[in-house]
Amino acid sequence: MILGSINPAVLMAALMVAATPILLAAIGELVVEKSGVLNLGVEGMMIMGACVGFIIAVNTGSPFIGFIGAALGGMALSLLFALLTQALMTNQVASGLALTLFGLGLTALLGQRYVGITPPRTPKLDLGFLSDIPFLGRALFTHDIVVYLTIALVGAVWWFLKYSRAGMILRAVGENHDAAHALGYHVKRVRVLAIMFGGACAGLGGAYLSLIRVPQWTEGMTVGAGWIALALVVFASWRPWRAMAGAYLFGGIVVLQLNLQAAGVRIPVEYLSMSPYLITILVLVIISSGKGRSLNAPGSLNKPFHASS
Amino acid sequence: MIRLEKRKEPSKFWRIANPFLAVALTMLAGGIMFAMLGKDPFVAIRLIFFDPIFSETFASYSRPQLLIKSAPLILIAVGLAIGFKANVWNIGAEGQYIIGALFGAGVALAFFPAPGWYIFPLMVLAGAFGGFLWAMIPAILKTRFNTNEILVSLLLVYVAERILAAMSLGLMRNPDIAGFPGSRDLRRYEAAHNAELFANTGIHWGVVAALIAVIFAYAMMTRHMLGFHIQLAGQAPRAARFGGVSPARLVVVCLGISGALAGLAGMFEVSGPGGQVRIEFASGYGFTAIIVAFLGRLNPFGIVLAGLLLGLTYIGGELSQMMLQLPGAAIQVFQGMLLFFLLALDFQTNYRLRLTRGASA
Repeated sequence: MILGSINPAVLMAALMVAATPILLAAIGELVVEKSGVLNLGVEGMMIMGACVGFIIAVNTGSPFIGFIGAALGGMALSLLFALLTQALMTNQVASGLALTLFGLGLTALLGQRYVGITPPRTPKLDLGFLSDIPFLGRALFTHDIVVYLTIALVGAVWWFLKYSRAGMILRAVGENHDAAHALGYHVKRVRVLAIMFGGACAGLGGAYLSLIRVPQWTEGMTVGAGWIALALVVFASWRPWRAMAGAYLFGGIVVLQLNLQAAGVRIPVEYLSMSPYLITILVLVIISSGKGRSLNAPGSLNKPFHASS
Repeated sequence: MIRLEKRKEPSKFWRIANPFLAVALTMLAGGIMFAMLGKDPFVAIRLIFFDPIFSETFASYSRPQLLIKSAPLILIAVGLAIGFKANVWNIGAEGQYIIGALFGAGVALAFFPAPGWYIFPLMVLAGAFGGFLWAMIPAILKTRFNTNEILVSLLLVYVAERILAAMSLGLMRNPDIAGFPGSRDLRRYEAAHNAELFANTGIHWGVVAALIAVIFAYAMMTRHMLGFHIQLAGQAPRAARFGGVSPARLVVVCLGISGALAGLAGMFEVSGPGGQVRIEFASGYGFTAIIVAFLGRLNPFGIVLAGLLLGLTYIGGELSQMMLQLPGAAIQVFQGMLLFFLLALDFQTNYRLRLTRGASA
C-alpha cells in the first residue's frame, strides 16, 4: 500500500504550508472582487512579491523585512492596475493581464542575480507544550508565524465584511456602485483601497513561496498559483472561510501528489504534477454548474464606474 | 481639477494614434530602464528597433527572422482578436499552440521515415485540430457548465506544458539518441519539414497561413453575417440575444477559430524554426499575441503591423542580449510596458480631459 509510507500528521502539516500562499492571494482578491473589481493580475502581483521579498530578505538578512517589502511590492504593482482601471477607465480584464505579463518580465529582470541563493531562514513559532501534543501538535503547531497570521487574516476579513461599517460600504460599492454613489460613498476611493489590499496580500503570498515554501528564487516560480487563487475565490463563492477550506483542500491535493511522486507511484511525474490544475478546473465546473442557484458574485463585478454627474 | 468627460462617440483619431504614441512612450520608458541597467539607451533602442532591419552587419540574418518570429504572433492574434471582439476571452492560446505542435509532430513521427507529399498537409490538419480540441475544453465547459473561460483556458496552459514535458521525455523521445529529452529533428525529415519557401526571406508555410488568416478574418468580420454577429455580441449583448444570436454558439465558434489558428502556429513552429518537440519548446508566443491583438486594435491589418513590431522586439532583444549583454527578460518588460501604455492612452478614445477650475467642479 503506497499510502502506508505517508504519515498523516506530516501530511496535514505540509498541506497547511502548501495552502498558505494561495490562501493569502485568494483572500486579498476576495476583498477586491467584493468591491466590484476583477483584478486578473494576481499572478503578476504574486511573482512581484516573491521576487521583491526574496531580494530584500537576502540583502537585509531578515525574512520579516522581506515580507513587508513583498507586501509593498505587490501593492505598488496593484496601484498601477488601480490607476489604469479606476482613473483611466480601462478594461479590467486586459489591464489585469498586462499586470501579469509585466510582473513576470520585471521580476525575471530584477531577480536575475538571485537565482540559486538560499534566503535567510524564517524561524518556526515556538508554541511550547502545544507542539508536544501527539499528532495534533505535529500537524497544527509546528509552523512559522505566517501560517497563523493568514488564518487570523481570514477571520479578520470575514469579520470586516460581515460586521464592520467600512465592510458594509465596500460590499455596497461592489453590489451596486450607482446606488452607493448616490448615497454619497466614494466608489473609486473604496475600490482603490481594496485593490491595494489585494496587491499586498498577493505580494505576501508570493513571498511565502520564495522565502518559506520553496525556498529559493527562480524565474516564473509562481507557475499558476495566482490563477488558482482566482479560481479559489469563485470556489468560495466570495466567502472567506470557504476560501480557507478550499485552499486547504487544494493544499492537500498538492501535497498528496508530491508524496505520491516521492513514493514512486508508477505514473510519470509530469502527469501527477498537472493534477492540481485539472482538479481546479473540475472544481470550477462543479461550482459553476448549479443551474439557477446564484453564485453570490458581487453585482457590479467587472463593470467600470464613471460618475456622470 | 482634471476630470474625464465621456465623449459622445469614440474618437477615431485617438484609436489609430494611440498605438504609435504607446510605442514612442515605451521606447522612452525603455530607454530610462536601459540607462538604469547601465547601458547606453540610444544604442539599446537602436539595436532593438532599427539594426535588425537596417544595419548592414545584422540585417542579412535578422530580416528573414522578422517574418519567422512575426508569423506565429499574427496567426494567433488574428484568432484571439475575433474572440475579444465578442467578449470571449481566450487567454490560453499558449496551451493550444503547444497541443497543436504535439498533434502535428505526432503525425510526422508516426510516419517517420516514410516519404510522401501527403504527410505535411496531414500535419497541418492535425495541428489545427489539436489546437481546436484544446480550445473546445474551455468552450464546452463554458457553454455546458457556465465556467469562466479565462480561468479554464489559462489553467490548461499549465496542463499543456506538463504534457509537452511528458512527450519530450516519453512517447515522442528520439529513440536514436539515448538519454536526451526531445523528439527527432523534423527539419531532417524532408516530408515533414516546414522549410523556407524562398531562400533568405524567412517565408515558410506559416507565413503564408498567417496572410491567408488575415485576409479571411477581414472578410469574415466585414462581409459575413457571422462577423456582424460577433461585433454585435461584443457591443450590445442584449440586442444580440434579441436578434437571435446564440451566445453559446459564438463562444464555440470564437474559441474554435482561435484555438485552431494557435494550433497551426505551433505546428508550423515545431516542424520549421523550432524543429523538435522538447521541454523548452513553448516560447510565450501565445501570451505575446494578446498584446499584438490589442496593439493591432483587434483589426486584422492592424495586427499584421503589431505582429511585425513585436516580432522585431524578439529579434532586437536577442541582438541586444548578444551585443550589450542586456538580460533577455528586459524585452519581456518592454512588451508588458507597451500594453500598459496602450491601455492607459486608450482613455482618450472614449473620454475627453476637461480642466475645470477649483470649486466649480
